[in-house]
Amino acid sequence: MISNLINRKLFTLLKVQYSNMLEYRVEIALWAISGIIPFFMLNIWTNNNLNESLNISDTFLSRYFLCAFFVRQFSVVWVVFSFEEDSLMGKVSPYLIQPLNPFFRYFAQHLAEQITRFPFALIIAFFFFIFNPESIWIPNLGILLLSIVSTFLSFLIQFLIQSIVACLCFWTEKASSIERLLFIPTLFLSGLLAPVVSFPAYVKSWIYLTPFPYLIDFPANLLSGNETNISGGLIMQILWIFILFPLFKKIWSEGTKKYTAMGS
Amino acid sequence: MNLRKYLKVYKKFLHTSLASELEYKTNILVDLITAILSLVGSIFLLSIFFQNSGYIGGWKFEQALIIQGIYTILNGITNTWFNPNLSEIVKHIREGTLDFVLLKPIDSQFFISFKKINPSGFLEIMLGFFLLFFCIRINQINLDLSFLTLSLITISCSICILYSLWFFISTTTIWFVKTWNAIEVLRSFLYIGRFPLSSFSFSLRILFSIFIPIAFITTIPSEVFLGLSQVWKILLELIVASIFVITSRKFWLFALKFYSSASS
Repeated sequence: MISNLINRKLFTLLKVQYSNMLEYRVEIALWAISGIIPFFMLNIWTNNNLNESLNISDTFLSRYFLCAFFVRQFSVVWVVFSFEEDSLMGKVSPYLIQPLNPFFRYFAQHLAEQITRFPFALIIAFFFFIFNPESIWIPNLGILLLSIVSTFLSFLIQFLIQSIVACLCFWTEKASSIERLLFIPTLFLSGLLAPVVSFPAYVKSWIYLTPFPYLIDFPANLLSGNETNISGGLIMQILWIFILFPLFKKIWSEGTKKYTAMGS
Repeated sequence: MNLRKYLKVYKKFLHTSLASELEYKTNILVDLITAILSLVGSIFLLSIFFQNSGYIGGWKFEQALIIQGIYTILNGITNTWFNPNLSEIVKHIREGTLDFVLLKPIDSQFFISFKKINPSGFLEIMLGFFLLFFCIRINQINLDLSFLTLSLITISCSICILYSLWFFISTTTIWFVKTWNAIEVLRSFLYIGRFPLSSFSFSLRILFSIFIPIAFITTIPSEVFLGLSQVWKILLELIVASIFVITSRKFWLFALKFYSSASS
């Protein structure tokens, strides 16, 4: 009953947000373009033959970075920035009255944006294959489904982390600077710029305990058909969601008590 | 006399924006940690690149660090001046408050480019200088007068190019209204400035030196530091910088003809 209600609400929200997002096609296309850093990194790797001594083949590397690009495209989260603006403008107050957690609204926004983004990401991938025809591969259906699941889990982890940071808006007003701080380890440790396999041993020894490699490296390896510990990775992703979700609920209930309705 | 007026106005700008930014003191601390972490992260990435190869694009690790130093300084300048001001243009145009700027008896480009300042960028600039001094020591660079003047000239040219790029994209707001994402694209391309130009493949090198002159921004000043730069390159950078500054100015004046105020 309750889940049915949430489903219907979420579906309506999704429909509204999707039509909303379709209005901003150009912006979303530009946003998709701004995610092409992995391809520049690939260029540095292959152009300097850095992968040879690591026993990573060129095709593996180009597939890896393409997958990293895809995973990143579908796990970008910006809820902090939306929430900060809404809370500074006092727009959160009407949302709070509604019998639905406002984060569902942002969640639907993100999903709708991903659907809008999908064709642009495909176009970029198409151009990538024109320049790198040797890296074309077709993942089998099971792997494809699993990697979609793990990309979604990665999105969920990032969404939860950012929502927790967004709730800090109730206390500090400018939570986006904390998000920018958290973005740095995400950028360097998630595998967006270099696959985690290539990291030095002193980093590899602890990195798998943090959520970072499960954000991009794990789904990208899965999708590109590499050897990875599939069940282990998925379990870690789910584990992190189980850790973060109660934390979010706690900080949300604490924060709403603190809420002072700015700007209204 | 005119110059004195502008200096006086600038002093007032400094005063007001510093006063408002210092309200968020913890923010400045968080930004400092962000700057340090992002420098550590990029040195970490660089060390991954160098762990199996002594040279990248003909640059040694110690030499590539110079690029990081210069990038950090330029990024600090971007965060101090360009980013806060030029994202304000978008707001001015969307809300129609550019009218008030245009009515003031002062140059509009000067007003919108220097109105705000974000003091946390200073710390990043200092960080960059520390790294540069460290690099000067480990690379045993002689500090003589010609070196100092040449590096000063090239770095100021880089600043001019960087400013023009930012200003150019912000100006397009007059037609497209929402250029927030175009700025993101520029940011992600500028990221390439952390690596020597010669580490990329030929086609990307062409792209980064003709269409988006990122090559000029960090690589040429770093070559000056190492005493590798030929005179023609420095002259070229001077020419490119002046072309950029003049065109961005002309473009602004041209764009203003199309400005139709909003919501009034």
